[in-house]
Amino acid sequence: MQDKPIILKVLDIVSILLLGVSTYLALVFAPTELVMGAVQRVFYFHIGTAWTALLGFLLAAVFSVIFLISKDLKWDRYQVAAIEVSLVFFLITIVLGSIWARPAWNTWWTWDPRLTTAAVTELIYIAYFMLRQGIDDPDRRARFGAVYALVGGLSAPITFFAIRLFRTIHPVVIGGGNADAQGAFAMTGDMKVAFFFALFTFTVIFVDLFWNRIRLGDLQEKVEQLKLKVTL
Amino acid sequence: MTENIKRATKEIVRSGRKGNFFKAVSAVVWKDLQAEFRSRELFSAMLVFSLLIILIFNFALELDIKTRQSVTAGVLWATFAFAGTLGLNRSMAIEKDRGCLDGLLLAPVDRSAIYFGKVISNLAFMLIVEIIVLPIYSVLYNINLFQPGLLLVILLGSIGYVGVGTLLAAMSVQTRTRDILLPILLFPVVIPVLLAAVKASNGFLTGAEFSEILLPINLLITYDIIFIALAFMVFDSVVEE
Repeated sequence: MQDKPIILKVLDIVSILLLGVSTYLALVFAPTELVMGAVQRVFYFHIGTAWTALLGFLLAAVFSVIFLISKDLKWDRYQVAAIEVSLVFFLITIVLGSIWARPAWNTWWTWDPRLTTAAVTELIYIAYFMLRQGIDDPDRRARFGAVYALVGGLSAPITFFAIRLFRTIHPVVIGGGNADAQGAFAMTGDMKVAFFFALFTFTVIFVDLFWNRIRLGDLQEKVEQLKLKVTL
Repeated sequence: MTENIKRATKEIVRSGRKGNFFKAVSAVVWKDLQAEFRSRELFSAMLVFSLLIILIFNFALELDIKTRQSVTAGVLWATFAFAGTLGLNRSMAIEKDRGCLDGLLLAPVDRSAIYFGKVISNLAFMLIVEIIVLPIYSVLYNINLFQPGLLLVILLGSIGYVGVGTLLAAMSVQTRTRDILLPILLFPVVIPVLLAAVKASNGFLTGAEFSEILLPINLLITYDIIFIALAFMVFDSVVEE
């Protein structure tokens, strides 16, 4: 068994430290927003996780294309890693968003373009894992995974624009909505510090988890090969 | 199997040698239509299923005169979407079960000819079901659904739905979970189609201004082009052994 690379070990520790600092910045350091109050503090992690999740989904679509051209299973492992981490991050985004929306919009959920697309995107990538689970042959699993990730990755932004286009023609007045989807508040200097630090933190955490997951995929692959050798 | 299907298969092979793409496509379509014309399994299942869904909606939504106006487009598209998965699944499952897909793949034609052939035959089945469902719905709920605009929307929506559906059905039949997997894969990615189709259909049914309907129709055309082009490019990786 190969040892964990030293850089990865360092990155693990850095991620934990950064998360601690970022939590402090978001919960203590940043000033309380006047209108929404303490719940606005959710926003820093909400955007942090959302940005990294979308980055992961984008990476997955790029890996799809590279895999379909090169047919190298390495890219398939990268893709699974990216989607798995992103799926969890996006779920965190949605949950945090709901926590914020309850006091701000007076509802846990609205069928706003962003929220709807987020829900659909989660479902697409859950379907992705269900598809993979149903296939035994690793080569075929990789091919189908790549195709579906590509179809899903193209469809999600179209869903977003579709809903947004129609909403601009038929504006739907959301019950009691006095803050729009972007969050109607201006950030002060200290808020910006917390915000950009959260973005940075989650990017590092994403890279760390992504790397660890790729390593796990490589190890799984090795175990499979060893098992084959034993049975032969 | 029957003589006709053998002949059609030979036709596929022959057309491949000539390098005639359209001949190969039409041979695949012809084979599917022939087989379906004999068994009528797929078509009758889709049709009866559609009627049952409309019946269920009748009770689920209490389709009285007022609600009818606003939900007809939604009911129709939900019906087509559910019945469509039935057809897509079946049309690919037959190929897989009897090893026909391997036979098709052995034919020296471009693999995308098989994709387009399958799309066209699936589309034909779906359109036939829709053409029968529409007058029945019109009679049952006293709404005139035969408007050229609405028919255009149904055609465009069905093309997008079948275009993606055929690709995903080709994948799902090769998995362990087969039948249950297709709707799970298909529905989240065809949401733009359903969304635009319902909007446009609703527009035509309520007599909205054309400028308002143009947007969803443009979206449908865009979706159709993007996804058929994508499926055309990746279909090879889905069927190769």
